[in-house]
Amino acid sequence: MSQKKPEKSIDENDVRLDGRGLNDLRPIKIEVGVLGNADGSAYIEQGKNKILAAVYGPKEAHPKHLAIPDRALLRCRYHMAPFSVEERKSPAPSRREVELSKVIREALEPAVFVEYYPRTSIDLFIEVLQADGGTRGAAITAASLALADAGIPMRGLVAACAAGKVEGRLVLDLNDIEDKGGEADVPLAWMPNLNAITLLQMDGSLTIDEFEQVVNMAVEGCKKIHGLQKETLKAKYVAVKEEVEE
Amino acid sequence: MMNLPTFYERREIVTPGDLLAEDDYVAGDNTYKEDGKIYAMRVGLVEYDDRKVFVVALKAFYVPSVGDIVIGKVVEVGLGAWIIDIRAPYPALLRASDALNRPFKPQRDDMPSILDVGDLVMAKIVAYDRTRAPLLSIREPDLGKVERGQIVEITPTKIPRVIGRKGSMVTMLKQETNCQITVGQNGVILVSGRSPKGEQLAVMAIRKIDEEAHTSGLTDRVTQMVRSEKRGVEHASEEI
Repeated sequence: MSQKKPEKSIDENDVRLDGRGLNDLRPIKIEVGVLGNADGSAYIEQGKNKILAAVYGPKEAHPKHLAIPDRALLRCRYHMAPFSVEERKSPAPSRREVELSKVIREALEPAVFVEYYPRTSIDLFIEVLQADGGTRGAAITAASLALADAGIPMRGLVAACAAGKVEGRLVLDLNDIEDKGGEADVPLAWMPNLNAITLLQMDGSLTIDEFEQVVNMAVEGCKKIHGLQKETLKAKYVAVKEEVEE
Repeated sequence: MMNLPTFYERREIVTPGDLLAEDDYVAGDNTYKEDGKIYAMRVGLVEYDDRKVFVVALKAFYVPSVGDIVIGKVVEVGLGAWIIDIRAPYPALLRASDALNRPFKPQRDDMPSILDVGDLVMAKIVAYDRTRAPLLSIREPDLGKVERGQIVEITPTKIPRVIGRKGSMVTMLKQETNCQITVGQNGVILVSGRSPKGEQLAVMAIRKIDEEAHTSGLTDRVTQMVRSEKRGVEHASEEI
């Protein structure tokens, strides 16, 4: 199936192809505790993205030589299912997936109290079931919820989203078409309570002014996502409480 | 209670990173202090206690503590010791000499005949200092291999709810269901009774406690449930 590239992704009224304004996130649906066998898990749908995150641990590190004497080993595997993209993707980890596994791990590690459980490992598995641009952001959002769901002590949640430049205009939360046709894409992960950026990448080119604006837009997006994250974590317990206490 | 600024009501649900209090408060369980601000570390219920802020976690894993009674599963029969999974970040060790009550002699003692892989053991944690594996002991009455009963696994942080204030919940469950209930601090509970029905009822009640641990009036609701279930069971057996 070939996708016809439309002539313009943003019309004269600043409406994007999927009907969003320049500063709108895609619709997001998050759930936690979706997997019975993992210690913690989360599922996110952000636009057409569908991503599962699962956490095991902290447990004894295997192989043992990888154990770190003074902190836990955080391992992360970002993987895209063969059916997640239009052209079948080989299930073997690609160069891109290895890189994303690393940056996602580094985006989450500052949020986890790894020093509390030395010599153990915390394993994080991210499975992209359907991809539509901005998967690393959605993956980080879901993974930080999976960690919280596993009961792992954290400095705070990590929310992530991207902003960029498409046809000369700055936009929030790019989808696949905008990402491929656009001039720049800046994924960013942010810890709301400590006001710390834990992931910042850029693909494309922006002026210094534009870059600053794009970062601020992405942080605003992360704020909204963080609100959803908190709501999701509480939802399960609030529902039980309301049911029994009336 | 001192009149210090707080950001949540008592027993409100908080998530990691939520700002709980500032300045003069002391950071208690599941919280941390940074730049004079206290944040939550886990999902749980916040409590303000005079000067201390802490969070009762709704989900956490078991962290060994000396003196705890735990129920674990044998995962490996090693040389002179069993390795036991106690649902903690670290596997625990039970020495053969402890189980034998004398020094272990490899030529004479057959360890798998005492405890084999897959067996459940009730044991006490006698040493744990984070640098070595937690050490278990079964040299006390009622400890040792679990021979019969049903196992319920719940979140370890909800164990205090299963026990109840001064043991009120577990005492009530024992009376109502006619079962022996042994609570492992690691979130594993052993239920053994004369009838499978009583066991099932106790298991059901414990599951309910796990699910509704963060609500108030729990003991009353569980008592009610157990009693009405019992009546239901009695009626059913009368019909047969």
